[in-house]
Amino acid sequence: MELKEKLLSSFMAFEEQIDVNSDLHEVRTSAIKNFENKGFPTKKEESWKYTSLNSILKNDFSVFPKNENILEFADLKKYFLHEIDTYKLVFIDGVFSSFLSATTHDGLDICLMSSALNKPKYKMVIDNYFNKIANLDESLTSLNTAFANEGAYINIPKSKVVDKPIEIMYFSTGSEAALLVQPRNLIVVGENSHVQIIERHQSLNESRMESGPGLTNSVTEIFAQKRAIVDYYKIQNDNLEANLIDNTYVSQKQETNVSVNTFSFGGNLTRNNLNFYHFGERIVSNLNGITIIGDKQHVDHYTLVQHSTPNCESHQDYKGIFSDRSTGVFNGKIYVEREAQKTNAFQKSNNILLSDKATINAKPQLEIFADDVKCSHGCTIGQLDETAMFYMQQRGIPKKEAKALLMYAFSNAVIESIKIPELKQRITKIIATRLGVKMGFDL
Amino acid sequence: MLSIKNLHASIGDKEILKGINLEVKAGEIHAIMGPNGAGKSTLASIIAGNENYEVTEGEISLDGEDLSELAPEERAHKGVFLSFQYPVEIPGVSVTNFIRTAINETRKANKLEEMPANEMLKVIREKSELLEIDRKFLSRSLNEGFSGGEKKRNEIFQMAMLEPKLAILDETDSGLDIDALRIVANGVNKLKSDKNAIIVITHYQRLLDYIVPDFVHVLYNGKIVKSGDASLALELEEKGYDWIKNEQEA
Repeated sequence: MELKEKLLSSFMAFEEQIDVNSDLHEVRTSAIKNFENKGFPTKKEESWKYTSLNSILKNDFSVFPKNENILEFADLKKYFLHEIDTYKLVFIDGVFSSFLSATTHDGLDICLMSSALNKPKYKMVIDNYFNKIANLDESLTSLNTAFANEGAYINIPKSKVVDKPIEIMYFSTGSEAALLVQPRNLIVVGENSHVQIIERHQSLNESRMESGPGLTNSVTEIFAQKRAIVDYYKIQNDNLEANLIDNTYVSQKQETNVSVNTFSFGGNLTRNNLNFYHFGERIVSNLNGITIIGDKQHVDHYTLVQHSTPNCESHQDYKGIFSDRSTGVFNGKIYVEREAQKTNAFQKSNNILLSDKATINAKPQLEIFADDVKCSHGCTIGQLDETAMFYMQQRGIPKKEAKALLMYAFSNAVIESIKIPELKQRITKIIATRLGVKMGFDL
Repeated sequence: MLSIKNLHASIGDKEILKGINLEVKAGEIHAIMGPNGAGKSTLASIIAGNENYEVTEGEISLDGEDLSELAPEERAHKGVFLSFQYPVEIPGVSVTNFIRTAINETRKANKLEEMPANEMLKVIREKSELLEIDRKFLSRSLNEGFSGGEKKRNEIFQMAMLEPKLAILDETDSGLDIDALRIVANGVNKLKSDKNAIIVITHYQRLLDYIVPDFVHVLYNGKIVKSGDASLALELEEKGYDWIKNEQEA
C-alpha cells in the first residue's frame, strides 16, 4: 500500500484512539481532506523543484511507534545544554518521556501538546492559536494537523522573562524498521515577554547501518505578542537514515523581535519551510542558518517573509558549506505588500562548494508592491579562498586545520548571532566535529 | 642557509622568474629591490611554497635540504616565515588563538610538546611589548578591521612568536607611517641574530635606513641584474629604476 493510502486509512483509527468527539475533529477532518486532494508534493511544484521526496516515500513507514524506548539520562546528557538549568521536553521516537523531561506550570506552561489538546483549562489558548497561522493549503502541514497529538506546548504569560532556556529534544533511536513521526509544537509568547528555545533533532544511533529510516514531518507555530522577544534555535543533527521536513510559522505583532536560527548538519534529506507573517509595525524578523553537509545529504531552505505592515525589517543570513555529492537549496521569498512602506528587507546566501560534485541551487524571490522600501539580496557561490589557505599554511597550520578555520570564519557572522554562550560553544564543537578537526581552543 | 639555483617559475603560460641565483647565510640581511612586476613577491611566495606557481627549473634548498616537494606548512615547520604584503582577515579567530594554533602545530610537527598555557601567555606579553601592541588588540579577530599598519605590525608579532630561521618580509613598509615603521624595524632588528637570516623585499629605500642590509639585489624582469652592499639601495633611490631599465635595454 502506498504511504498516502496508508495514512488516509490510518486516520480513522487514529481519531478513534484519541477522541472522535474532540473539538478538533473538524480541523483534523478538513486537514486530512486537503492532504487527500493534494498528496505529497512533487518536483512538478515550483516550490519543490529541487527536492524530491520520492525515494523516501517508498519506505513502509509505520505511523504509530510500537515500542517504547527507555533511555537513561546519563546516555543523553551530552546532548543537553545543562543538567538542571533548562526546561526540557524530551521525545524518543515521537513518544514523550516524562522521566527525562523537566516541565513546568509554575507561572508559565511548558508541557505537552497532547495534554493541552485534551484538558479544558487550555481550551481557550488552543481555540485561539492552534492551526491559526499554519498554512491550511499546504499538504504536509495538513498531514501534520490531521495527526497532531504530540509535541511541545509553551504558553508564556505577559511580562515574563523566562528564567532558563527551553530545550525541545526529538531523539530517534532508529530501532524500528521505518517510522514516521509528526511533532506539533505551539508556542505563544505574551506581551513584553522573552524566551529562548532550542529544538534539536538528534539520532542516537550515529551509524546508519544499525538504523531504520525515519521521516519527521514537524509543524511549529510561534505567536509573538506585542514587544515579545523570541530566540529560537534549531539544531538538525540526525544520521543519514533520517529525513526531516520542518514547517515553521511565525506570527509577529507590533515591535516584536523574533529570530530563528537553523543549524543543519545531519540527515539524509532536510527541508525547512520557514514562514514569517507580520501583524503590526516596527517588527524585526531574523532568519539565520548554517548548513554543513557532505556525503549525499540534501538540505533545502525555503523561506518566506511576508511584509504586510509599514516600518518593519527582516534579515536573512544563510551560510552553506557543501562537500562530496551533497546538494543544497536556498529559496528565499520576500513579499512586500503595498501598505508595507519603509520596509527594510535583506537577504544573503553565501555558499562554499568543496567538491566538484556538490551542488547549490539558490533562488532569491522578491515581490515588492510598495514604493518606499529598501530590499536587497545577495548570493555567492565560491570555493575556499586560496590566498587565505596559503596564509594559514605559511604559519604552520596544516591544510585540514586551515580549511576548518576558514570555514569557521566563513560561518562566523551567524555563529555570533547565537545569544546563549553555552549553545555557541556546543555548535562550534559540532562544527569542528563535522569538519573533522580538533582545535587547541574552543573555536 | 638558503640556496637558490637557476630558479625558473611561471604562472599559467607566463614565465615570471627567469633564472634566479641567491645565497643567504645565517646572520645576514638581504634586500631585494626592483620595479613593480619584476617578480619580487613571486620569489617570496615561491620560497614559502605557494602552489599557484610552477617551478619549471632550478632548485631551492634550506640548510642543504631540498624544499621543492614540501607543502607550505612543512616549510613553515622548518623555519620559513613570510610576512605578507596583504595579510588575510579571519573573522571569529582571535590573534591569540591563531598564533597559539600556529605555534603548537609547528611544535607538534617538530615532535615537541604543546607550549604550556602560562608560558604562551608570558611569551605573548613579551613579544607584544616588543612591538608596542596593545593587549586588547590580541583578542580581536585576526586582521579583521585592522588598519594597514596594524596588519603589518601583527605580521612581525607573529614572526617574533614563531622565531623563524629565515624570515622574508614582503613590502612590510607599505602602509606604515613613520612611527610604525620605526617600531616594526626596531622589532625586526631585535629578533635578528647570527642564527637566522632575513630577506627584505621593498620598493623603496626608506625601510633600509632602519633595517640595514648586508647585501642588496636588484630584481628586474625575473632576474637579479645587480648585487651590491647597502650603498646600492641609496644609488637606486637617487637614480630611480629607469637607470636599471635603461642599462638592461641598452
